[in-house]
Amino acid sequence: MNIRHHLDEATLMSYAAGSLSQAMALVAACHLSMCPECRARAQASESIGGMLLEGLDPVDISDDALDAVLAAIDKEPEVVEIIREPVRTESDVPMPLADYIGGSLDTIEWKRIVPGVWYYDLPCHTKGVSRLLRIAPGKAMLPHTHDGNELTLVLRGSFSDEIGRFAAGDIADLDDQIEHQPLVDSEEDCICLVATDAPLKFTTLLGRIMQPVTGF
Amino acid sequence: MENKPPGEDVEKVVALNADTTSQMDWSAILTQLAETQDKKLYITLFRHFAPKVKAYIIRLGLVETTAEELMQETMLTVWRKAHLYNRSKAAASTWIFTLARNQSIDWMRRQKYPEYELEEWTPDPDDSDRGEQSVTADRMARAVQSLPENQAQVIYMSFYEGRSHSEISSRLGIPLGSVKSRLRLASEKLKTIWRAEV
Repeated sequence: MNIRHHLDEATLMSYAAGSLSQAMALVAACHLSMCPECRARAQASESIGGMLLEGLDPVDISDDALDAVLAAIDKEPEVVEIIREPVRTESDVPMPLADYIGGSLDTIEWKRIVPGVWYYDLPCHTKGVSRLLRIAPGKAMLPHTHDGNELTLVLRGSFSDEIGRFAAGDIADLDDQIEHQPLVDSEEDCICLVATDAPLKFTTLLGRIMQPVTGF
Repeated sequence: MENKPPGEDVEKVVALNADTTSQMDWSAILTQLAETQDKKLYITLFRHFAPKVKAYIIRLGLVETTAEELMQETMLTVWRKAHLYNRSKAAASTWIFTLARNQSIDWMRRQKYPEYELEEWTPDPDDSDRGEQSVTADRMARAVQSLPENQAQVIYMSFYEGRSHSEISSRLGIPLGSVKSRLRLASEKLKTIWRAEV
């Protein structure tokens, strides 16, 4: 997989800190599971967490905390070497997403927004949007801007917008400075995993009319 | 926690305790624990990390009793998962930080924090050449101290208070873009120091 669009450093830091919303963390983790380069960067960001933990002044813990944990350890079964075959198949569903939808993009029960555009909402306990989008070749997402951040990870097919071309594994990590209109340029439907931390703002009349319907 | 002015704790955090245990090689101890399952090693790790893990969880805004409970769960997970620890990938403090982070978020959200890797790993033949990933506490402290205050602040608000970019933006009254550029600058500096000193 030749990934050309990566996670923004600020997003990686927040992923490592645990301060991304559930929906944003899911998209970030999916990209990380596909991108060795960002994985190495994430490990370096997590090491900042490690050094901050190391730098904290210790607080009092309960007098019997150690005894309680040691007692719990004694009740643990012997550590057994569990050899779990990685469930890596030819699937284009990244591991973190498989927890939500299972192993295939082809069994999703899509809902249609307009001809050529379908969505499926993920059960993320989150403030913004968390959904899969499927868009037919030649179709475009409605032009929009954001109040906050938006992460879009391509799982299948490709799209182009004002920034460039995005294919499987690429992530568009955008903030409120960007107005864009992604256009699908692959022969097959383009399937993306999308998360925002605030509702989108559509910039056309059609978009504003559609907004109550699409829930974006 | 809501009434705290943002970044109030910055000064307190930077003043680090220079206890002698900061010189110990925790990554080596954790690796040895995984190999031997020696309870004495576990107790040494517990005494050092448990009070820090609890301090971290309290900073995330959880009450003392919950923090105590989640700290004990985290430390139990250290024992359970020690065999998955790989010192060529992370220092012991980093690995324990991610366990504490996940334990706290899972509890707060009642939903599993999305992780990017299978916990199982197979030894990589090149691992031995990748070097030790641990940096001592005082080196780390110096790295954070070297940051300009407005960069240290966004780091603390992200890691210690669990605040998103937009929350930081509204609390500090600065644009979202400024939050992100401060985080990028801080990250760049910390990672440079970290790489140079490993």
